[in-house]
Amino acid sequence: MTNRRIFLRNSGLAMVGIGTAPLWLKRALYAADAPSPRNSTRKKILVAIFQRGAADGLNVVVPHGERAYYDLRPTIAIPRPSASGEKSGETALDLDGFFGLHPSLAPLKPLYAAQHLAIVDAIGSPDPTRSHFDAQDYMESGTPGRKSTDSGWMNRGLPRIEGKESPVRAVALGAQLPRAMRGREPALALQSIGGFQVHDEAAAMQFEQMYMASKDPMLQAAGRETFEAMAMLQSIQKQPYVPAAGADYRGPFGNSLKQIAQLIKSDVGVEMAFADIGNWDHHVNEVAQRSTEGQLANRLQEFGASLAAFWLDMGDRMQDVVVVTMSEFGRTARENGDRGTDHGHANSMFVMGGGVKGGKVYGKWPGLEREQLYEGRDLALTTDFRDVLGELVSRHMGNPSVNGVFPGYKPNFLGLV
Amino acid sequence: MRHQVLIALASAGCLAVFPGIAAYAKKKSADEARQFLQQIPKDQRIEQALNRLTFGPRPDDAAQVKAMGLKIWIDRQLHPDRIAENPVLLEKLKTLDTLTMTSDQLVRNYPTPQMVKQMVAGQMPFPTDPGKKMMIEKLAERYEKQGQQPNGAADPAANQNAPPDPAELRKMLTGDQIRSLRQGTPEQRLAFFQSLPQSKQDYVVMAMPGVRQAISSVGSPELRRRIELIGGPQQVVYRDLAESKVLRAIYSNRQLEEQLDDFWFNHFNVYLDKGADRYLVTAYERDAIRPHVLGKFRDLLEATAKSPAMLFYLDNWQSVGPNAPQPRGQNNKQNRGLNENYGRELMELHTLGVDNGYTQKDVTEVARCFTGWTINQPQRGGKFVFNPRLHDNGEKVVLGVTIPAGGGEKDGEKVLDILARQPATARFISKKLAMRFVADDPPAAMLDRMADTFLKSDGDIRQVMLTMIDSKEFWSVGAYRSKMKSPLEMVASAVRSVNGNVDYATALMQQVAQLGEPLYRKLEPTGYSNSSMEWANSASLMARMNFALQLAGNKVAGVKVEVAQAATPGDPLAGIPLGSPDFQKR
Repeated sequence: MTNRRIFLRNSGLAMVGIGTAPLWLKRALYAADAPSPRNSTRKKILVAIFQRGAADGLNVVVPHGERAYYDLRPTIAIPRPSASGEKSGETALDLDGFFGLHPSLAPLKPLYAAQHLAIVDAIGSPDPTRSHFDAQDYMESGTPGRKSTDSGWMNRGLPRIEGKESPVRAVALGAQLPRAMRGREPALALQSIGGFQVHDEAAAMQFEQMYMASKDPMLQAAGRETFEAMAMLQSIQKQPYVPAAGADYRGPFGNSLKQIAQLIKSDVGVEMAFADIGNWDHHVNEVAQRSTEGQLANRLQEFGASLAAFWLDMGDRMQDVVVVTMSEFGRTARENGDRGTDHGHANSMFVMGGGVKGGKVYGKWPGLEREQLYEGRDLALTTDFRDVLGELVSRHMGNPSVNGVFPGYKPNFLGLV
Repeated sequence: MRHQVLIALASAGCLAVFPGIAAYAKKKSADEARQFLQQIPKDQRIEQALNRLTFGPRPDDAAQVKAMGLKIWIDRQLHPDRIAENPVLLEKLKTLDTLTMTSDQLVRNYPTPQMVKQMVAGQMPFPTDPGKKMMIEKLAERYEKQGQQPNGAADPAANQNAPPDPAELRKMLTGDQIRSLRQGTPEQRLAFFQSLPQSKQDYVVMAMPGVRQAISSVGSPELRRRIELIGGPQQVVYRDLAESKVLRAIYSNRQLEEQLDDFWFNHFNVYLDKGADRYLVTAYERDAIRPHVLGKFRDLLEATAKSPAMLFYLDNWQSVGPNAPQPRGQNNKQNRGLNENYGRELMELHTLGVDNGYTQKDVTEVARCFTGWTINQPQRGGKFVFNPRLHDNGEKVVLGVTIPAGGGEKDGEKVLDILARQPATARFISKKLAMRFVADDPPAAMLDRMADTFLKSDGDIRQVMLTMIDSKEFWSVGAYRSKMKSPLEMVASAVRSVNGNVDYATALMQQVAQLGEPLYRKLEPTGYSNSSMEWANSASLMARMNFALQLAGNKVAGVKVEVAQAATPGDPLAGIPLGSPDFQKR
């Protein structure tokens, strides 16, 4: 039968390195001699954050040294850093004399100063689409312009490993597995660590016995994987999780990051984690009367405080972790008539981690003068998002096949890690 | 069992296993070939037919098929127009009034917050139905009050779930009234709700999400409708679609038609949440897919190619030929050019199969042929039109066939003619059907026969299905119970197997999503895979077990089941059989 055929085909792959066999097959093959994930050496971890809705990169990483920026945005520009302390708390937080952070990202400023946070500007997907749907799809599949790619870059980016794999190797916080994590390698979508269980103990035991005894190898193995993941997640849940003192996780996004921190610190073998934060599509009232009020500031407060909380909470473990943020495209350089911005092109990305060469804004600044704008309206793109993700997959995660992760593209590493 | 031996061997260590596996693999494929030749016992044939051609047997189905005769039953399923539809289903579908509306009616009757704003501003007509018009005026008022900027980006559902403003609440209702609405069983709360005057009822539905949820679970279909409308009118369109899919799978007498509708929609997948598609998918499934599921493939292909839903989803509506006259009056000119998305997926996913005898050059040429196939006002539920001003009228060569210059709209039709009749297409479609209805890895000999029928019958899907069902492989040990149920199949078959009575299917449709198959929300044009592997993952399996327990424990809203084996009513262990490994297969 098919299942057995798949089993055999994949077992055959074991001869040339375990290859693309699903997790449960590898587990079956290596169950006897594999080390448990708790004893294995620390793996590198990549956490990807998706800001859905197209964040306004120009108001997040503010080019305060660019006059055109203030011409294009007479009412919603973030004020220049001020030496005199005028409008204190409402001006951009200077990074390098040209760029500054939105004031609501103040919690991230110390990380930048300590060189743990790098920023890449004028970056994004080269595809010209301004559709949220298409652009998110392309960024998550890692193949701009190609819709039928059936897996995501994070799934393809998981390094091939021999030996026993953790059932929570790739984890996404949310109801559905995001596009970026779909593919051949098992990946788990979790709404919460505690929620992953059969809601009746007696039934759980009966089910476990039935699946273990199943004569169908696919269901038997998938069942084993499920009950292992459940046992693992339940054991983590036994004690209530207490983040490091001072970690100020905020909102649903903070809750996602907190659970990722909990998983990583529990040493259950997480290598890739994903969380998203929505509602960045600010056509209207992006910036209110004060720069620290309005829709954008609200999102950035949750975003910045939670990322900083994650850093603090993780402590030494950040040596093994890189967090990278992305959004499907940027927004128009010029503000619209509703104190907002419309769909644009290039954007910025944050890269944070113990091994990150931070304290620097990477990328070539294309300028905001009329002739420098993409299609006369948007920040032009000078760095492909795959340059950053490719470098992280390759140099941080140690995946030797960047080509397999980003087919048809040869990333230019920026030297971020 | 052999595979258990294999696992035991494998876990003993990889080095020791290799020679064994290699030798075993050869023997194995020979065994497998034999399994597709070996017939299942006669008394399993009805079970096999019900498992494959329906959404799972109900307790009495086998007896009925036996009484009718299996051959006659199959013949009837292949001719759904000869089967009277289940009146219970028709009654349940009646409430879902969006199902029979045209796309532009949907836009007007179930508008987005942005459209509500436009209606109030007089830029768009109100719905003609006075009840709906009133509801939309109320919504507009509410948006205004909340200071919500209806820019289409904000999530109206999120706003609708905010707790009521205390000052406003006290103005509208007395303390006693509030308590009565918030306490007691849902039935008691509903009774009290119905004793309030209409204006106060409207307020409660709008402002009190907790009460809304409680009374909705026990209310009449009409009340639920009113509540859904408040939760965001545009959500109703989606909910009707997904609910009707679940209801049909459970109740329809035309089970094979439902299976095929699911198969073909998935084959020509469209993602409902992509912008205008929210209003276009209802008509797409009803008018483009369903009428052709047992018809000619060429007709089905053209129906999808000309459907606004597909034109929007794969961007062809905005594709402009490089040599086309410039479009006039378009405000986003700068982003327009040749768009190859549809051309590529048409060959890769709809007809030939990936990398199956076409080149990038063919993709570009096909895309040129389809320039001008567009939509008149997609955001208003517009229709297919051919716009010559967008069309590249030059000569094209597709798969070696020259399409002379000046063909206009006919260029695209010629491409469909060419693609629908390719042997690669016959084979690709046959294999997908066989993967769904026979086995994950269907034997080549059967695919040859199916593809042969496809070509000889000019792509007659009914004939291809008949060839497949008449194949000995369909009735073989290799096929029998070899497929894992999809989430929709799992949920529908579970309800069918316990003769569940579905009052409304909202919770069931959410279960299907929990199991990993959000209906109408498969983002990629590939659709869901027809392979069992698609569903064998931890999150899905966990959700299956939990669903089984909930269903049998009568904890799925809107569904009532009687579980004969249950020692005590509500015993959670009654769900064990439905969550077992055996029940996950068909």
